[in-house]
Order: sequence, then C-alpha cells, then structure tokens
Amino acid sequence: MTDRQKAHIRFTLNGEETEVAFAPHKTLLEVLREDLNLTGTKHGCELGECGTCAVLVDGRSVLSCLMLGLDAEDRRVETVEGMATEEGLHPLQETFADTGAAQCGYCTPGFLLVAKELLAQNASPTREEIKEALSGNLCRCTGYVKIYEAVELAAARLRGEELELPRESVYGYE
Amino acid sequence: MATNNGHEGNGRGRAGLDGEGAKTPQDLKVVGKPFRKVDARSKCVGATKFADDISLPRMLYCKILRSHVPHARIKSIDCSKALALPGVHACITGKDLPVPYGILPVSQDETALCVEKVRFIGDPVAAVAAVDEDTAFDAMNLIEVEYEPLAAVATIEEAVETSEPRIHEYGDYNNVHKTVHLEFGDMDEGFGEADVVREDTFFYEGNTHLPMEQHAAVAHFDADGKITLWSSTQTPHYVHRALAKTLQMPAAHIRVIATPNGGGFGGKSDPFNHEIVVCELSRRTKRPVKVTLTREEVFYCHRGRHPVLMKSRIGVKKDGSITALDFQSFLDGGAYGSYGVASTFYTGALQTVTYDVPRYRFRGLRAFTNKPPCGPKRGHGTPQPRFALEVQLDKVAEELKLDPAEMRLKHLVKPDTVTANYLRVGSIGLGACIEKVVEGSDWKNKFKKLPEGRGFGIACSSYICGAGLPIYWNSMPHSGVQLRLDRQGGVCVQCGSTDIGQGSDSVLAYVVAEILGIDPFDIRVVTADTDLTPVDLGSYSSRVTLMTGNAAIQAAERARELLAKAVAEKLSVPVDNLSFAERRVFDVENPEVGVSFAEAVVLAESKFGTIGTVGSYVPPRAPGRFKGAGVGPSPAYSYSVAVAEVEVDVETGYVNVPRIWVAHDIGKSINPMLVMGQVEGSIYMGLGEALMEEMVYRENRNVVHKFPSLLEYKSPTTLEMCDVFTYLVEDADPNGPFGAKEVGQGPLLPVMPAIANAVYDAVGVRIDEVPITPEKVLAALRAKRQGKDARFGPTRVPSPDWPDPLKVLTPAEGGDGKEMPRVAVHS
Repeated sequence: MTDRQKAHIRFTLNGEETEVAFAPHKTLLEVLREDLNLTGTKHGCELGECGTCAVLVDGRSVLSCLMLGLDAEDRRVETVEGMATEEGLHPLQETFADTGAAQCGYCTPGFLLVAKELLAQNASPTREEIKEALSGNLCRCTGYVKIYEAVELAAARLRGEELELPRESVYGYE
Repeated sequence: MATNNGHEGNGRGRAGLDGEGAKTPQDLKVVGKPFRKVDARSKCVGATKFADDISLPRMLYCKILRSHVPHARIKSIDCSKALALPGVHACITGKDLPVPYGILPVSQDETALCVEKVRFIGDPVAAVAAVDEDTAFDAMNLIEVEYEPLAAVATIEEAVETSEPRIHEYGDYNNVHKTVHLEFGDMDEGFGEADVVREDTFFYEGNTHLPMEQHAAVAHFDADGKITLWSSTQTPHYVHRALAKTLQMPAAHIRVIATPNGGGFGGKSDPFNHEIVVCELSRRTKRPVKVTLTREEVFYCHRGRHPVLMKSRIGVKKDGSITALDFQSFLDGGAYGSYGVASTFYTGALQTVTYDVPRYRFRGLRAFTNKPPCGPKRGHGTPQPRFALEVQLDKVAEELKLDPAEMRLKHLVKPDTVTANYLRVGSIGLGACIEKVVEGSDWKNKFKKLPEGRGFGIACSSYICGAGLPIYWNSMPHSGVQLRLDRQGGVCVQCGSTDIGQGSDSVLAYVVAEILGIDPFDIRVVTADTDLTPVDLGSYSSRVTLMTGNAAIQAAERARELLAKAVAEKLSVPVDNLSFAERRVFDVENPEVGVSFAEAVVLAESKFGTIGTVGSYVPPRAPGRFKGAGVGPSPAYSYSVAVAEVEVDVETGYVNVPRIWVAHDIGKSINPMLVMGQVEGSIYMGLGEALMEEMVYRENRNVVHKFPSLLEYKSPTTLEMCDVFTYLVEDADPNGPFGAKEVGQGPLLPVMPAIANAVYDAVGVRIDEVPITPEKVLAALRAKRQGKDARFGPTRVPSPDWPDPLKVLTPAEGGDGKEMPRVAVHS
C-alpha cells in the first residue's frame, strides 16, 4: 500500500489550531483515534448505528464514523478530551461521575457530547426532551436512568441552581 | 509477614460485621454510602484505556478470515497471495495452532483457527498481520480456502435425529452434546397429592450481549521472550490458562492484563480465538499485534443466551402450594461447547430456591447446531426456566382463582433450609420484595382491574452470588487479594478481578477503606493482571462482590491487626481499644490519643518489616454429593420481584411497557448508587429480551445470521426504556461481605415473565415465547377471536432417549445428598 497520498487538513480541535495528515479515505473517528491519538472518542459499530462516536462539529453533534476527516477542514471539532478546562470538569462530567451514569464508560463520551449540545440549546430540558435528544445513543449498562438524572443535575448546576438527587434515586423507594 | 493463606473458608459469621474489631452498621463510614466509583473521573474525561485504545510502537494489525459456509471440511488453504502483498508480515492457519481449548475441561472442542472443519458461518479459518488495518483487510481477502460442504444441522430437533454428519466427534449421541436426568424425591407421590396438574411448553429465543465495546486484544512478544496480552476479557485467569495450553508456553512466560471492559454481560467470559491468534502472530513477527473485532464479528463470537425450548409439568394443591415439578429443557448450543454443559445444568438448578418444591425432576439436553456458539449471558441459563416457571404459576393462579402475588407469598422457601435438589438457601428477602412491589405498584387496584389493552403482571426470581465450585476442579481459593502498605501511608490493593463497569475495582477500595479507616480514594487499586495480582476467577456468575469482598476483608483485617499491635505498643493502649477511622488510629476512649494512619504504617513496618497481607475466599461446601451437584450451589442467593405495567395495541400487536416496579434483596448495599445502577440496567436488558432482542437466522438452512448489526438487532433506546421504581431490601446474608449479595444479574430475571403475565392481563392472550413481538401478539389475538387456544408458543418438545435418572432422596425424605444405588431392571 505504497501509493497512497496523505491528505492534510487544518481545523480547530478542542479549541486548539491543529494540523494533521492522514490517508484521505479515513473517517473523522479514525483520524481522531489513530492520527491524533485522542482515544476518548469510541467506536461501537462504525456504521452510524450506536452514537458511541459522537463528537461536536461547530457545536452540533455528529457521528464521527460517518464523517470524512477531510470534511473537518476549517471546522471546530470538540471531543470528550476538550470538555474539561483548567478550572475543572464540565458539570456534565461531574454529574455523570457522581450518579454512576458511567458504568463501563464506553458510551459515556458520546452521551456527554450530545448532552452538552442539548444543554446549549435548552437550559431546562424536561425528562422527555432529554430522552428525545439522547435517543440516538445506545447504552447497554445503565438503562439510561442515571444518565437522565446526571443531565438534569448538570442542567441545574449550569443554571446556577442547587439540585440534589432525590433519595429514591440513590437508595430506592422506602 | 502475615501470610496465612486462608484455606479455612469463611465460617466466621457475618464478614466484616462480627468478630474482632467489629463494626455495627451505624459505624460504617464507607460501606453503604453512595461514593463515586474510584475510576469514575477517568471514564468521564475519556482517559480510560480500553483494549483498542492501546497502541504500541511497531504494532501490526490482525484480521481474521472467517468461514462463509456453515459446515464443511477444509480441503486446502493458500496464503501465498496474502503473504506476497507488501506490508504483510505473517499469515497463519489452523495447522499453526492445533492444540484444542475451551472454557470447560469437558468441552475442549475449539481451536484458535479451524484445523479440519468449519462449523458455523463466522468460524475463524486464517489470520494475517500487516502494517495497517487496510493492508491486513486486503490480505485477508487474498487467502484462498477450498471447502468440501457438509450438511448443516440447524435445529434442536435435527440435532437429536441426525447421526451423520456429526458436528463434533464427542457428545452423548448424534448431534446431542449433553443430556442430564436428575430426580429428587418420589414424583408419582408428588403428582398424586396435587389438586391440579398442568403441562405447559415455552420457548425462549436466543439473544446476545451486545456490549458497546467490540472485543479487542493486543499481544506483545517482548525481547526477553515473554508474552503480554491486553484484552477486553472478563476472565484473564482462564485466558492465561488457555494461552499456556494453545501456545505451548510456560504460563510463567505469559502475562494477561484485562483492560477495563466496555461492557461484558458474559460475552467476554470465554477464552477467544482472536486472543490466541494475536499472541501467535506476535511470537512469529516479534512485533506487537492488535486485533479489534468488527461489530459483525462480535455477533459471530456470541456465547450469548441459549435458545431454550421447555416443557414444565407442575402439580399444585388448591392453596397454590407446589407438590411436584417435572421440568425439561432443550438448548440450542450452536457449534461449540463453551459454557454449555454448565448452561444446561443451570436451566434446571434454580427453580427450587424461590417457592417450596418438595419433589423435583429435571431433564436437560444441549444440541450442537451449525450456528455461533451460545454460552453465558447475564443470568446464565436461568432466565429461560424462570420465564417458564413464572408464566406457568400465573396460569396456575388463574386456574385456582388465587391472586398470583399472594399465592407466591404463601409458599416461599424458608431461610436456612436445603431444597429438594440440595441447594442451601441462607437469607431470603423474597417475601419483603413481593410486599414492596405489590404496595408500590398499587397491585391490588390494578391487576385485573384495568381496561382492555392495559395490564399488570408479576414475577419473582433468584440468582446465585457466585458458583460454589470453580470451572476447573481444584481446592484453591476462588478469589485472592493482596494488600501492600507503604511507609508513606499508601495502600495498594491487588486482586485478579476484572471491572466490567459494575464497579468491582471500587468495591475493593470501599471494603479496604472501611476496615483501615481511610478514604477509598487514597487507595491504589491494581486488578486483572496475572503478573501482579492474585487469582480471582473472573467477572461471571455474580461472584465478584461476595468473593473479592470477603478476601479483601480478610486481607484488610490482617493488616489492621499488624498496625494495631504496633500502635498499641507505642501508645500503651490495649489493642482492643484502637479504632481506625478518618485516616487515624486512636483510642476509642480517648480519641485525642492516636497516630495518623501513615504513622501507624511506619510503626508497624518498624516492628514487623515490610507490611503486606493477603486474603482469600473459598465458598462453603455444598450439601449435594451426586454427579451434577456442582451447578447451583452458591454462598448466597439474591431475590428479585418485578411488577410490569403494559399497554397492548390490539391493532398492531405492539406492546409498550411504561413502568416496572422492582424490588431486589441485596443483602446489604456496599454502594447503593451502584446497586441502583445495576438494577436499572438489568431491567433495561430484561425489557430488551422481553420485547425485541433475538439472535435469529435465515436462508441457507437457517444458519445465516439474520442481522449482525447494531441497527437491525433491536435493543431498547431511551424511547423504549420504561420508568423504573426500585426498592432495595437489605436482608444481610452471613456469607456476604458486610452482608452483601449480588445485584448484577438477578434483577433481570423477573422482567420477561412479568411482562408476559401483564400482556395476558391486558388482552387475555398467553405469549409463551420470548421475545413478545407484535406478530406473536397479533397471532394470539387472532386465535382468540377464532375461538382457538388464545396463545402463541410451542406446542410440543422432542422425545429424545433420556438417560436413566440419577435419583436422590430429598432432605425431607431423609436423603443424604448422595445418589441412590441404581437397581438393575430385568425385563
């Protein structure tokens, strides 16, 4: 496989200007994982079926397994590695950790980014709106319940409100 | 140092609560609290390294060529074109790895690459290693294989009847892998006492684990001639053994590291061909080699839920008490043994631990067919018979005009008893579980009282907290923990257990932190590395919290004892007066008198030398002494009850489940937040099995997987997931660490029958088959309208040649757990 010419793009990755060269047929998922060594973005099917590889491109969630790396030229891409800042974790990351919304953690990056997109558009989503927004992401561990709760807690924190999980979410009903 | 290896088992009352240095539940600082998992932060920032995230310098990539025919002899394999492709470094076939292996000692029927025959579409035939994945893929497609087709065996019935060709050269007869026939007590007497005798048949379709992470492995044959394998496996110890056998290398030269699993559910519990293949490719190329399965390949790996056809004959008195149960199960095992012999026994083991079953007969048969091999999925062998039993009991309750919840509640197994099939039940919180969901769901005002199309159903279940016996016979501990304390106050806990997302790493930290009085986040947890950690058998059979928890308690108590002796001497305080809490060791009567935990370690190291302790766990001996008594015994049994609410659309047959109430007898929550997550995840997975998930095949004699993809294999999204109302019942078990029992698998079990029973309450049809799809509901509704039997499900089961029964007198009949002498019958 010697005659393959590498493609070369510039884009903004997690807030930093980035240049990368890669085989031109590669998906954004492959470029992130293999050429930029950002393995936080996962793959579950590589056919656009599971949402595990979701990243934000110009603030909108995109399945990185269905987008060519070449199409990221001049775009703003955000992966899970870019969610935390020097000040600390993103509130969603905190609440996912606090509630046990990340069990095996494999689908977590995709859920975090789609949830971040949701909260950017809707500061006070209802449970039904959260379900709708996350319906393209599969999780086999949690039954989604703790994920909903984590999103609701994070939304409240981003609004500057104090919100705790109800007792029954932690210990069950009496 | 303290190195008692702990062979005494665990006869010391409630571990962690009684005995020396006892703590009452009120004193607990860590156990029972909703701490974060110790690895939660890594998982939420994308830092957790799963197997496919590992990349090593000079690493090659492996692709595996798989059979596209279901059953054939391999006439020839030609790798020359693949090897000629630039960038290809090796190509191997079955001849290069001919030593058979398999998870069970009785089923060593796999090879890493097929040697003479292929047995299902997806069976691995040859493998390549190349500089990148694309080159490996191209090379794989250049391998030429010539097959001589053989007739394929597609169903249980065919397997029973077909003598040639045989898929394997071993097994009971024809294509029957294994038959079992156990009889406990006088069945004629039992059915004679019954007021009602029912016979029902059921079918539970196979389904698969569908972990979000595809299996991946990286092998590195290093410069010193040793191999390290990183793999997404639930059972590094068994992989270690399989590698030593198949690679013909000393186990001491092989290191297996289980990476955090991106979901397991039983699907990463077998040693897999791809793990062996990358080791061999690395040994040949002297370079690291990685394999990552595609989603399609994960469907071929499978080892998931066996499709099981069942017939249950039950005798009951008018009050709903069971007089006898005669259960038959027929398992479609697929092409290899895997855990199948154990699965077969499990379809007959746990029927007796919920309600009193005084006499019990079990016949089980596992068939080989030319399909991906089945194995253990969450609940291993138990969801299928539990579905049958709980739906049958619903029919019994209706026939006897009894409330199905009350009927169950009246006839529960008593605590601290031995069942007819010699399972020792310790704590049983089942009654409290029934009461919780009945009250919480407003059962009495809903069941049989909702309008047409809406219904309520209830079902109970039980699951083991670890198997009583190891997979390969030995008398060593099932779980080992090693603690290392350093003079800076650092504590490292080392254990062979594998975190598959359930939080087993955190459980180790919580337990050790509780006993040593430190913060769980102070502890370094090193797990699942055969070079660094004592053996734990693996993350299966819901064994990890109970077994590693008890081993960790033992190791931590031994460390505490050393520290306490040294501190007592220093402070001139009696040892018994010392308390360990808040990173201090102090006199309980005079709390200001004390030292920091780090100082305590310095004192102990000064007095005793380097501080390291070990703990281990061996399950108690089970009472059964007959052949087959090894499957079913457990140190403890968890209990779960679910009430499901359904809405059935009679036009489309679509079943919607808006709500499930579930109560789970956890013994004691080590971390309630993680327990809740396991319950909710179990309800989710049960909902998928109940309504949509199925491993089904088509065309070409019904052996081509119908839809090996995440899109077409339907699993619940957020839009299908029901609301869950969870109740935790804490009936502490003396064998559990701090009283804890399992939660990873049990709560899944009642979901499917509860939904089936609710469908009957809603529209008056019995769907005696899982999954409950719209077509089946519509067919049953049509039958009902036409005045036929208002049900969908199988009507008959095969009549194979069963072996003579192995008869055991029940404990009530004065039995001793041994097989009765067989009497020769002369005709």
